[in-house]
Formats: sequence, C-alpha cells, structure tokens
Amino acid sequence: MNILIWGFITGIIFGFLLQKGQVLRYDKQLGALCLKDFIIVKFMLSTVLVAMVGIYLLHDFGLVELKLKPTVLAANIMGSLIFGAGWGLLGYCPGTAVGALGEGRWDSLFGIIGMLCGAAIYVELYPALKTNVLAWGKFGKITLPEILGISHWIVISGLIIVSCSLFYWFEKKGL
Amino acid sequence: MNNVLKQKSWSPYVAGSAAGILLCLSVLIAGKYMGASTTFVRSAGLIEKIFAYERVAKMDYFVKTKVRIDWQWMFVVGIFFGSLLASRISRDFVATAVPPTWEKRFGPEKVRRWTAAFTGGTIAMFGARLTGGCPSGHGLSGLSQLAVSGYISLICFFLAGIGMARILYGGTKGR
Repeated sequence: MNILIWGFITGIIFGFLLQKGQVLRYDKQLGALCLKDFIIVKFMLSTVLVAMVGIYLLHDFGLVELKLKPTVLAANIMGSLIFGAGWGLLGYCPGTAVGALGEGRWDSLFGIIGMLCGAAIYVELYPALKTNVLAWGKFGKITLPEILGISHWIVISGLIIVSCSLFYWFEKKGL
Repeated sequence: MNNVLKQKSWSPYVAGSAAGILLCLSVLIAGKYMGASTTFVRSAGLIEKIFAYERVAKMDYFVKTKVRIDWQWMFVVGIFFGSLLASRISRDFVATAVPPTWEKRFGPEKVRRWTAAFTGGTIAMFGARLTGGCPSGHGLSGLSQLAVSGYISLICFFLAGIGMARILYGGTKGR
C-alpha cells in the first residue's frame, strides 16, 4: 500500500491513543514539568518499554532495521535545552500540539504557527550552524549497549526495572 | 467494544503500551519510526515556496531535507484527525482557548496565553531542529532504539522544561 496512506493511518491511531491517554493537555504536560502529575511520563515510558522489546526482538530476527539519529553532543544538549524551555512555555510538544488542536484546545494553534516560524528561522541559520554547533562532539549513530559494551537485552532489562520502579512510586504517591 | 471507545479516558499505561505496539507495527510494515518535527520544517518550506520558489530550492537545509509531503507529514496530519475522532466519540471535544492551569496562574486573557504559546512554539521548534528531533523522534523512537542521542535529548528536554515550569509556576504552592 502507498506509504503516505500508512502514515495517515498510523497517525490517526496514534492521535486516538494520545487523546484517550489524556496527554494532549497543557495541564498534564505542565503537571509533569511541575512534578505533580506524571501521566505523560507514564504514557511515554509504557510506549518505550513495549516498543523497545518489540523492535529489538524483530531486529534480532532480521525483520527490521534501526534508524538511529546521530549523537552530536553540542547540538543534542544545546538544542534539547532550548526545546525544553520552549516546551515549558507552550505546554505542548510538536506532535501533541497537533493532537491538542484536534480535541479543541486551540491555544495550540498559536504554538503550531510559532513552530513553523521556529523551523523557518532554523533553516535560515542552518548554513552558519553546520560548521560549528552541529559538528562539535560528533559520535555518529551510537546506542547505549554499544558504548557500554554489553548485550542490548541487559540494557533493556535494566530500563524495564527502572521504569517499573518509577511506575510503582508514581502510583504509591498518587502522582 | 463500543463502550470502550466511548470512555473519556484509558489508563495511560494501556494507551501508551498500545502506542508501543503501533510503533513496532509501523517499523515492521512501513519501515517508519515515529517523529513529528521534520514535518514542521517541510511545512515551513512548502509555505515559503509559494513566495520564493527559487530561493527555497537553493537553501542548504532543503537540499538535505527535500520539501515534500512524506510519510511523517501524513502521520502528523493523522494525529489531528485521530484526536478529533476520539474526542468526538467520547463527547470530550471542548473548544478551549486558555488551559485551566494557565488561567489560574495568569488569568483568562487570551492574547497573553496565545503570545506565550507562539513564543514557546518558536523556541521549541528551533531547539528541536538543532537537536534533530522532538519527544516523538528522540523520545519514543530514540529511546526504543536505545539511541544515545535520544537519552541525552530527553533528559535535557525535561531539565529545561522543569526549569521553565519553575520560572512560570514557582511561587504557587499547593496549586
């Protein structure tokens, strides 16, 4: 089937799940950032735990390929800190802003317009950034098991234990 | 089944795990990992093209990342419709201009919220492009693949996000 149709169908199901999980709300996103309500963290980590096991199982059988984003320390750290500050102000991330608009939270529309402007500004500055920030601390496409020198299943088991402990703590504290 | 779909919310663990299965299926069937922020650059490019076709065609960034409608673009549009569908089925769709948490802290003036949303969106997307992803691409897809870039980015997203939330809501105890 056409790849574009797959994208659309996957998006519809994902948007549906985000809405049912109540993560498309400014109040929930700020709840997590104010360390008071971790519903978005619960959703996100649940997705990651399931996908991590699934993707590596499929990968071990040679059925899927990994598509890793390269690690560039300066760009990853600076870019993500800038993103975080903007996220705290907007209260939606790019995917959830679009979803929030779908359930009627139309303050997100101004966030989406802002994001288009931010993207355009980045494109203007890209030639200047390319040779410095985007080149500092380049490590390429690396994974945690590679740098730790251990099996990916050990890393996955560790992450499952850490996440489940967090879930237990969230539920116990009513967060 | 009908009742389940009409429920206003699902446990974030259930909805999140389902999203994890969706991610695995998407990688298996279409070879595509979830992401959202590249779509905003492509969309900015599509808009700019209307006014300055020649210029956009020559820009460094758009030579690397072609301005076109791709899987991810359709995925992001799908999120909107999925959320709209879910909120309509459960009668959870409410047009909201100012989120309740924001209103409690900063009052009901729409323009103030919209300005913050726009500014936050601009900053967030600039940062997302610099680090090469957002909470979907670096977060869900990156963490699931155990990518080092994903873990660095997600930690920095939250650190700066928590910092911004403290600046905005720091003085409001017991909210």
